[in-house]
Amino acid sequence: MKHTPLYNEHKKLGARMVEFGGWEMPVLYTGVIDEHKTVRTAAGIFDVSHMGEFEFKGKDALSFVQYLTTNDISKLSDNQAVYSLLCSEQGTLVDDIIVYRFNPEHILFVVNASNIDKDWAWVTSHKKGDVKITNKSGDFALIALQGPKAAEVLKKLSTSPYSPGVDGIDSIKTFHMSHATVAGVKGTLLARTGYTGEDGFEIFCPPEKAPNIWQALIETGKPFGLKPAGLGARDTLRLEMRYSLYGHEITDKTNALEAGLGWVVKLSKDCDFIGKKALEKIKADGLKRKCVGFKMIDSGIPREGYKIFQFIDPTNQRTNEPTHEIGFVCSGTMSPSLGIAIGTGYVPAENSQMETKIFIDIRGNKRLAEIVGAPFYKK
Amino acid sequence: MIFPDDIKYTKEHEWVKVNGNIATIGITDYAQEQLGDIVYVELPDDNEIVTKGDAFGVVESVKSVSDVNAPVSGKVVEKNDPLKDNPETINEDPYNEGWICRLEMSDKGDLGDLMNAEEYEAFVSEEKE
Repeated sequence: MKHTPLYNEHKKLGARMVEFGGWEMPVLYTGVIDEHKTVRTAAGIFDVSHMGEFEFKGKDALSFVQYLTTNDISKLSDNQAVYSLLCSEQGTLVDDIIVYRFNPEHILFVVNASNIDKDWAWVTSHKKGDVKITNKSGDFALIALQGPKAAEVLKKLSTSPYSPGVDGIDSIKTFHMSHATVAGVKGTLLARTGYTGEDGFEIFCPPEKAPNIWQALIETGKPFGLKPAGLGARDTLRLEMRYSLYGHEITDKTNALEAGLGWVVKLSKDCDFIGKKALEKIKADGLKRKCVGFKMIDSGIPREGYKIFQFIDPTNQRTNEPTHEIGFVCSGTMSPSLGIAIGTGYVPAENSQMETKIFIDIRGNKRLAEIVGAPFYKK
Repeated sequence: MIFPDDIKYTKEHEWVKVNGNIATIGITDYAQEQLGDIVYVELPDDNEIVTKGDAFGVVESVKSVSDVNAPVSGKVVEKNDPLKDNPETINEDPYNEGWICRLEMSDKGDLGDLMNAEEYEAFVSEEKE
């Protein structure tokens, strides 16, 4: 199994390690619920160095990235980032990514760890124009500092961003970034991005310097209540926000629109992109199924792969009526912030309205749940 | 980690405390630690007849689902209902307040297959490796 540059830090902290996409990663340090609540109320740091980074350089970098991804990267200002998708010609998901635009001739993708090889083959096999693509996944460690106290911690850490137009941490707006010196480490990239629903930063740094920044964050963050947080909390935090996770809500068998990601599919942008034709047709034909969020009304916790049922006559809400299978669960957990069980799943479009009652088959018992809007957790 | 020596243990990490014909059952300190924060417990039904090895209860953490298997055969005579509202009791006190249910044993011979504290501790340290 592969180890990130922070592996020894996790060991020192007594983390419980698990396999994730070929990497040995910390799933928790003290406990998922404690780490989750720490991120919601103070700040947490996550090692996400396993994620991949691809760099696009050259005079056609922007037009090539526009062709590869569904969002409109031409609308970004320099030093701005955006959530986007890599879709297949059929409109299904190759991966979901963050695109960081330094300028039109220098763009960076952050891709899912488990998809690095697949994405690399995908991106390089579609190469067009004057662009040099480099797999920089081994050149960066990545630490996500997330939580309402994140900015305060960074300020205490003698962080100085120095990209043009940036004057101090507060001037880096959400989904913008800057080159920076963090805790004395030069050559880091500081991006105000994350996957938790909280304010926060992702710190890209040279792998050999990652332990210095990690330790400095723990030391400086202590008075603010900062703690390290593992993949367990990362998953519950993202699910409370209804953020998709590759392999769960989105796969190579789900299309971008039924996954609820139409907001990052810019069919109107003035260029072709992979999957555009298919997605236009899917949109014109109407969705057959949709990914929805639901909360449990009965007891029990929904889990990935559980079946979803509904009354044969949905207008009849009596619980003793027979039910039939309509879909499946993608993700489910007990929400640490809300104290209720929540989940996501695919159901037919005609059954996807809010407040629709559905049943989750939990070990042979059909338990009542209700479709709700996104996100589950609101501030 | 605690391994009290007045109880018996299974390879699936349940414990059994015997008092006459009644077996009190729970999950071990090692099991609760492995699971992490327990957020949901499904208890067996009253008077349910269970056979040794049956999955007759469920303990869930934030991340995972774990069956509770009957270490002995018998009939459910009591269960720890407060766990439904306070499942974290199992994390906090797995051998006392965190008990799951009591069985009236149908065959005390079932106890012969269980491990004592010393054997279980050795079993756990092997499993950890």
